[in-house]
Amino acid sequence: MEFKDFEKSLQRLEEIVAKLEEGELTLEESLKLFEEGTKLSKACGKQLNQAQRKVEMLVKNENGEQEEVPFSVNGEPGE
Amino acid sequence: MKQQSFLFGEEEPEQKVSEAPKAADIRDTLPPIEDEKEDTSPPEPRVLSVFEAVTQIKRSLERQFNEIWIQGEISNLRAAPSGHAYLTLKDSSAQISAVCFRPVYGRLKFDPSDGLEVIARGKISVYANRGQMQFIIERIEPVGHGALQLAFEQLKEKLNKEGLFDPSLKKPLPQLPSRVGVVTSPTGAAIQDILRVLKRRNDRIDILIYPTRVQGETAAREIARGIKELNRHGGLDVIIIGRGGGSLEDLWPFNEEIVARAIHASVIPVISAVGHEIDFTISDFTADLRAPTPSAAAEMVAGARTELVGKLEQLASRLIRGVKFMIQCKNDLYKTLVSSRGFLDAESRLNLMTQRLDELVLRMNATSLQMVTPLQSELKQLEKSLPSALEHYMVRVSADWKNLDSKLNAFSPHSVLERGYAIVSSKTSNEVIRDPSQVDKGDLVTVNVAKGSFAARRE
Repeated sequence: MEFKDFEKSLQRLEEIVAKLEEGELTLEESLKLFEEGTKLSKACGKQLNQAQRKVEMLVKNENGEQEEVPFSVNGEPGE
Repeated sequence: MKQQSFLFGEEEPEQKVSEAPKAADIRDTLPPIEDEKEDTSPPEPRVLSVFEAVTQIKRSLERQFNEIWIQGEISNLRAAPSGHAYLTLKDSSAQISAVCFRPVYGRLKFDPSDGLEVIARGKISVYANRGQMQFIIERIEPVGHGALQLAFEQLKEKLNKEGLFDPSLKKPLPQLPSRVGVVTSPTGAAIQDILRVLKRRNDRIDILIYPTRVQGETAAREIARGIKELNRHGGLDVIIIGRGGGSLEDLWPFNEEIVARAIHASVIPVISAVGHEIDFTISDFTADLRAPTPSAAAEMVAGARTELVGKLEQLASRLIRGVKFMIQCKNDLYKTLVSSRGFLDAESRLNLMTQRLDELVLRMNATSLQMVTPLQSELKQLEKSLPSALEHYMVRVSADWKNLDSKLNAFSPHSVLERGYAIVSSKTSNEVIRDPSQVDKGDLVTVNVAKGSFAARRE
């Protein structure tokens, strides 16, 4: 999900919540909105937590090309 | 030739005038020559060629003034195409020609200019071709502030004039960065601080380090190259450049023009995080955002995400509260309905439904209680317990709900209210008023009519 979509989802979720809070919907409408809202919040939460945390370093390999290698804080190959 | 013309221009006559008599005076007042018998045993003076004389004077001066410090004001500064610079050092009563050869001049951090008060170290020599005494500068420092300080001010002014610090050029940080480039030393304090903060914030941001030196001669070039390389590499949302604290000299690479230019040219937003809060560098001014420390840079990068997590959590709990409120309203309405006259025949069926409603409300209360936990766990609760439990439950019962809704419509007090009746309930206890004694004079009541409700006060 792109950030744009994320933003849209969040915006839609805001609308839903506002509508629910107004309390002027029928039961059916509000349940439908609730369902939609739950799905949106689930998707947004997933987006916030999806990335795997990776720490890498860009180094030149023997062919002179830049290469990403895993980085650990201790015992690093220096400069 | 051109250099000589300005070197030995106007000052020359003055100097000759002032020096020649002096030398003669000294000779006259010198103690008898007999003292230096070894040197000049024969009394008759030897006649020297001009070249010999100048060479001897040159040697003598160079020996005697091998290392002297002179403070004075720069004037008549000319940088020659050869890379040497010719200048005059002067104060209110004297002046001396000076030269600063390329290896020294080319490495000056600051920009010497006419009128600048300096302290210079060097030796005195003679330019034989013209018989001109000159001061050969080996080191030069502005007076009052260090050379670095001055260089900093000069570059800052220059880049500012060029518009490199223009606020309108500042790119906003991405709200949800997922990949961050860091140009710094892989063994330095900065990268450790950044990683520590991101870990503590439990953030899932990817880090790509471009390793460079962060002090010394080559550092600035490496840092500038790092910014360029990371731009070329792509896929990064933001770049942090920086290092831990140190002396002005240590932080110097971040004051170099080449780094400022690289930041300026970066399409990816750059955060400059150099040293401590009090340290300001040229790269701080040029960057899209200045972080007071590397840790603070990490906080900024992670901050946006934390903000969004908080916002989402808030929305989610409002979502639950909203739907709960809705159900509560319906529940109240059903209760009202159940206890209303004229619907008694339906009471047993409705009781059953009400029970189901109560059950649902209870479950929701339970779920929402779990929401009152700290930030991170809250989101997990939300992700796990809330949507699955609640959503499944809701989906399962929603068919019943629809059913219930339509049934209730048949029984609905609405049909009664449509005909002009009203249901009056106590504002405080929510009880339906059947007996005037239920409310005291002045009490607020809610009057439900077909198209809504309004508050009223008992007279």
